[in-house]
Amino acid sequence: MTSANYTISRSSPASRFAAGVGILVLAALIAAPWWAGRADMRLLSEIFLYLSLACLWNLLAGYAGLVSVGQQAFVGFGGYMLFALAMFAGLSPLVAIPIAGLLGALVAIPVAVLIFRLRGAYFAIGTWVIAEVFRLSFAQVSALGGGSGTSLPVAIVRSMASSRSMREATTYWLALGMAAIVIAVIYLLLRSRNGLALTAIRDSEVASNSFGIDIWRHKFFVYVIAAGLTASTGALIFLQKLRISPDAAFSVNDWTAFVIFIVVIGGIGTLEGPIIGVIVFFLLRETLADLGTTYLLILGLVAIVVMLKAPRGIWGFVKDRTGIELFPLSRRVVEEKSDS
Amino acid sequence: MEWINAIVQGVLLGGLYALFAAGLSLIFGVMRLVNIAHGDFIVLAAFLALSTTTALGVNPLLTLVIVVPVMAVIGYVLQRGVLNQTLGDDILPPLLVTFGLSVIIQNGLLEIYSADPQKMNAGAIETASLALPGNLNVGVLPLVMFGVSVAVIAGLQWVFYRSALGRAFRAVSDKQDIAQLMGLNKAHVFGLAMALSLAVVGIAGVFLGIRTSFDPSIGPGRLIFGFEAVIIGGLGNLWGTMIGGIILGVSQNIGAQINPGWQLLAGHIAFLIVLAVKPRGLFPRID
Repeated sequence: MTSANYTISRSSPASRFAAGVGILVLAALIAAPWWAGRADMRLLSEIFLYLSLACLWNLLAGYAGLVSVGQQAFVGFGGYMLFALAMFAGLSPLVAIPIAGLLGALVAIPVAVLIFRLRGAYFAIGTWVIAEVFRLSFAQVSALGGGSGTSLPVAIVRSMASSRSMREATTYWLALGMAAIVIAVIYLLLRSRNGLALTAIRDSEVASNSFGIDIWRHKFFVYVIAAGLTASTGALIFLQKLRISPDAAFSVNDWTAFVIFIVVIGGIGTLEGPIIGVIVFFLLRETLADLGTTYLLILGLVAIVVMLKAPRGIWGFVKDRTGIELFPLSRRVVEEKSDS
Repeated sequence: MEWINAIVQGVLLGGLYALFAAGLSLIFGVMRLVNIAHGDFIVLAAFLALSTTTALGVNPLLTLVIVVPVMAVIGYVLQRGVLNQTLGDDILPPLLVTFGLSVIIQNGLLEIYSADPQKMNAGAIETASLALPGNLNVGVLPLVMFGVSVAVIAGLQWVFYRSALGRAFRAVSDKQDIAQLMGLNKAHVFGLAMALSLAVVGIAGVFLGIRTSFDPSIGPGRLIFGFEAVIIGGLGNLWGTMIGGIILGVSQNIGAQINPGWQLLAGHIAFLIVLAVKPRGLFPRID
């Protein structure tokens, strides 16, 4: 007699295949300093840093329902903390990056307590006000160059590694590592109890509340984690630029508009979305960047059209039609035929 | 005396901020939409006025006759053509679409007018001033603008609570489905609300362009001022918004009086203090 045996599985052939390909791609990327040119490595680092910003924004907006247009607050804060820790405390940039992240998470606590009082779209503009407050405050610190900004002293840059190629390889690996850590943290977070609660909150705040989920606490936790990782990413961004100024550090276009664009195009509320989005974004940028402001006009238009016509982005479109999931997050019932 | 002067100027500046805020408050009240491109529409209106004065050679104040209806039409078309499709339970689509609009308006203006700061000259009225007792001088133009913003707020208040249009606004705001059943076309009502909002934005833009220099990048800053005025005053209360604008203007001027670098920071801090102490604003609507 044959009986069907049902089990709950999260992985699928597609996700196992994706994991295999992912490991190969990661190995190839780790080896990039031996096969890629200097310009390619800079571009790749930039892609990784945008990828981690996009994944973090997606975690906030797509999973926790916290639509922020003020994440540049933490990018800039992280950048400035790196400069301050390296210049005044004499810390190596390698040590300063995680500390900048920690400080970013700490400063996010009072910020969250304050702006969680605003709901929905008003929350979004509230985060923007916070970013403005950070920008104007750092512009008042004359030790960090005030409004015109400052450069990272050469001695500090030299202390990272002796040769120029070694330094470039180090910053490249740091960027790659940052993106990998961000994706891993988000993946593990979403697979944990916390992730289940977040999904429930996203689907219905009222229902999840009635099941005893503390909505405020879960959102707060996600906000603080995202802020810390965003600050670390910001520290890395400005370690690559070697120069920081209030306008560049707290730029809403660079650190929020582009990031939102990446997530919306790729597919909000999926882990795969930001990865697809960042590839599309950089393809567009590398081909259209010469157009200057027209390029930004096109970006704005594309984002509006995607939001109106395919609100779940490229990956949402693929997923709806094929059911493929590269990151095994959802549970599915698998029928196992067995003889007994 | 300098301090009293700073406060008086701050109150007058607050009138302009109340104009920035009124349109924002109106559409939020009617359809729970927050227009991230609101500030960029203010700047768009300023540039429209600039083009009108240069083309017709008229005083910038007269361009109101053209700018206000044009902005209203833009608002109606935008609402019916694009924004109505984004309304629903999910707050993300309207937010992101208006964010995209903000990027488009900013870069479109940059393409047409370049990044150079512009300013409109309203002629003799700009330098005229009234001498008040106690060695205070108040500019006639800021005073006129303040008067207009009070009138605009009063007008909006009247429309909202006394007119048939206002009844329609309040009906769709309370319960869209029932309002629809009672024969209101909610798509049209939302279009009218956005038209009214952008008409106020038109006035705000012309005044902004006469009062200070402007360039395509300053929109988001104006959105933030308007937003802060709305939250300080309390959601859904138009006179509260007026007071919110004044509190913001006065805080900025007091900050600037202490240290020129603190002007904007002082306004933001006043906002954060209100948010910490009275999260629903100083004068929340009782309902």
